[in-house]
Amino acid sequence: MITYLAKRFFEMIPTLFGITLVSFLILQLAPGKPTDVLTEMNPKITPEARERLEKLYGLDKPMMVQYGMWLKRVVKLDFGNSFSTDRRPVLEKIWDTKQALIDRRLFITFFINLLSLILIFIVAIPIGISSATHQHSLFDKITTVFVFLGFAMPTFWFALLLMMLFGIHLDWLPISGFKSMNYESLTLSGQIWDRTWHLILPVFISAFGGLAGISRYMRGSMLEVIRQDYITTARAKGLSETTVIYKHALRNALLTIITLLGLSVPGLIGGSVIFENIFGIPGMGQLFYMGVMTRDYPLVMGILTIGAMLTLVGNLLADIGYMIADPRIRAK
Amino acid sequence: MKHLHLMFLSIAVVLFITSLQPVLSSEISDQPAYGDALITGSIGEPSVLIPMLAGDSASHDVAGLVFNGLVKYDTDLSIIGDLAESWDISQDGLVITFYLRKGVKWTDGVEFTAEDVMFGYKTIINEKTPTPYKEDYLQVKKAEVLDRYTFRVGYEKPFAPALSSWGNLVVLPKHLLEGKDITKSDLVRNPIGMGPYILKKWTSGQDVTLGSNKNYFEGRPCIDEYVYKIIPDPATMFLELQAGGIDMMGLTPIQYTRQTNTKYFMENFQKFRYPVFSYTYMGFNLKHPWFKDKRVRQAIAYAIDKGELVDVVLFGLGSPATGPYVPNTWAYNPNAKKYDYDLTRAKQLLKEAGWEDTDGDGWLEKDGKKFEFSVLTNMGNRSREQTATIVQYRLKKIGIKMNIRVLEWSTFINEFIDKRRFETVILGWSIGIDPDQYAIWHSSKTREKEFNFVSFNNAEVDALLETGRRTFDVEKRKKAYYRIQEILADEVPYIFLYVPDATPIVSSRFKGIKPATIGISYNLPKWYVPKNLQKHRME
Repeated sequence: MITYLAKRFFEMIPTLFGITLVSFLILQLAPGKPTDVLTEMNPKITPEARERLEKLYGLDKPMMVQYGMWLKRVVKLDFGNSFSTDRRPVLEKIWDTKQALIDRRLFITFFINLLSLILIFIVAIPIGISSATHQHSLFDKITTVFVFLGFAMPTFWFALLLMMLFGIHLDWLPISGFKSMNYESLTLSGQIWDRTWHLILPVFISAFGGLAGISRYMRGSMLEVIRQDYITTARAKGLSETTVIYKHALRNALLTIITLLGLSVPGLIGGSVIFENIFGIPGMGQLFYMGVMTRDYPLVMGILTIGAMLTLVGNLLADIGYMIADPRIRAK
Repeated sequence: MKHLHLMFLSIAVVLFITSLQPVLSSEISDQPAYGDALITGSIGEPSVLIPMLAGDSASHDVAGLVFNGLVKYDTDLSIIGDLAESWDISQDGLVITFYLRKGVKWTDGVEFTAEDVMFGYKTIINEKTPTPYKEDYLQVKKAEVLDRYTFRVGYEKPFAPALSSWGNLVVLPKHLLEGKDITKSDLVRNPIGMGPYILKKWTSGQDVTLGSNKNYFEGRPCIDEYVYKIIPDPATMFLELQAGGIDMMGLTPIQYTRQTNTKYFMENFQKFRYPVFSYTYMGFNLKHPWFKDKRVRQAIAYAIDKGELVDVVLFGLGSPATGPYVPNTWAYNPNAKKYDYDLTRAKQLLKEAGWEDTDGDGWLEKDGKKFEFSVLTNMGNRSREQTATIVQYRLKKIGIKMNIRVLEWSTFINEFIDKRRFETVILGWSIGIDPDQYAIWHSSKTREKEFNFVSFNNAEVDALLETGRRTFDVEKRKKAYYRIQEILADEVPYIFLYVPDATPIVSSRFKGIKPATIGISYNLPKWYVPKNLQKHRME
């Protein structure tokens, strides 16, 4: 098992290298330069001034030289300095050591995604199982409608609707942000309460789309399993329905879902860009969006690389989970 | 009877007192007071708080409350002293001497002197300082500190925008920054200034909190805290405004006219409206054979109904533009030729230029070619896209087919504008308060990436632009800019379409706001919330 894991781990390195190279090239191919934010359509800027700025940012060097320089730094875990006017190190922007752990961008994104993954699995798996075991029932039909709603509803629109309902009409939940203005003056329990209040809508929105998908996969996978011969055998042996479903069928049906767990990591991180902007949550998604808008190459590259790493780790974890659930893989 | 009188009298007194109560309390409630916080919504987060390094408006907004310049604009757009008490301009316009205020202190207690101005100037012209604002200062030939409170600059040629350039970028605390790399300094995120507010707290991605400078040289600001809450999504920001989470934001035309007409908004908010220093235009590529003919450009100008554009695109929140200056500013020439909507005149001019519908298909032709061209504009700006659609509809009426191409901003600028690959464009300019527009209209500014991309070339305008920027005499400048507007109106290199209004909304508990040509926030330190209306308690 250790050899298998080690092999999988080393396979990740060339993949990561490939991802960064492709990302770097695509970024360079996109029209516009980081200096454009300062210089474009600014009548106070002369072409000479523009050249001076480009030289200062190292943009006058050939593309592959720039990539080489970037790679050399990244090996030492230095993502360089942001091109935005503050010139802060990219890593510090993502993992700002001056802030409390819970206020750091990477942590915020990771935490919200983790919560929504947990929510997805807690809600979607039972829904999927019930829909499968009670196929064509009213419950099954209702969840089908719900699932299609989840697929069809644009996230930003649904988020705004919920904000209006819970934030304005009912006045139960805060509309945006990650904590209240008076957060510092609250007691510890008040602070926890405040954060929880702020997290309810974003976590729900982040989970909503995934909820639909995973419950559908769970249903399909379960339906496939309960039609298998060994389930019929188990039933014929006189085992109770609960034992048949939850002991024998569920374990096999979960295999598909475990794979999906790994695959859903990039989707959730991508989704962070949307909901973090709508809810004004200072996570990595929001930083990424600002980076793209200002053509801040080092920042975008830094976040893409960290995102890629997280995705690869997610896949690795899924493989490990698969191994635990399926003895056949362990035997290999 | 006497008792009855007494009873009436006492009832009258009671009634009088009770009727007086609200009057008295409302009087008390309008008294300026210290305290409370103003929370404003900001789409972007500031990046640096040293003004010369900042490239985005969020940074300038915050830094503008922390730092001061030597001079500033008054409500009538004239230049008045800020850190400079007064100044002299030499007879030939080549030397400006600033006499600084005495006894002004940086918020760390050190006194501000001419050395700080000198240090700021040297920093901005330094090769290594990444700033887009160098150009005005590179024109300075010699800068010197005459004494602790006197600073002098000399120019090779008189340069009218020079005085305003000493506005709000240069002054930096020498005692804190000398010998350091300004971009890596701690002051980038923890600035020390001497403005009305001091940075209190900056939580990345969430908010920037400023506290009032109790020793501010123009007096302690009334509002104790000024908070920029970062909300990237405009729709969310509007919901926050409704929920009372923020006190101030800029409204879109539709929010101003339709969505804030409810009882709730009318009771709790005050809306303002004033023209911003910008305009939207349709520009012609003057190298294109069809648009070389002045009559064609004039005809198109006659065919566009600017009033309709203001009504439809801006919901009436703006005014038709007649030239490159905003109405009611000193450089604006009210008598420049206006192109009122006139289809007959448009058709006549096109006919004179040889454009006629010879085959009866409804479109004009000349030399066997149909009058068809494209207009380019950038993606994501709905008002420009709508403008293009309305112009397209109007031009169809005179037999001109206009196609619309909407492009992503960077592609639009780099591939089309910079390379001059366009027939016409719809774009806008944000203009400074100083009327110098040398970079946009001078014939020497037509190279790639320069801003006279329509290739306008007029010797008289060139000379007038020179005159305008080489004298400090406002009357002489006014004469030059008036004439430039007349020529531009006749030549029509651009069709000036409209000047939009800024439409901010502020919670009604804030008093002391006095709208002026320059906007509403110029006197922010004087805004206040009467004691009985204060919402946030400061600790």
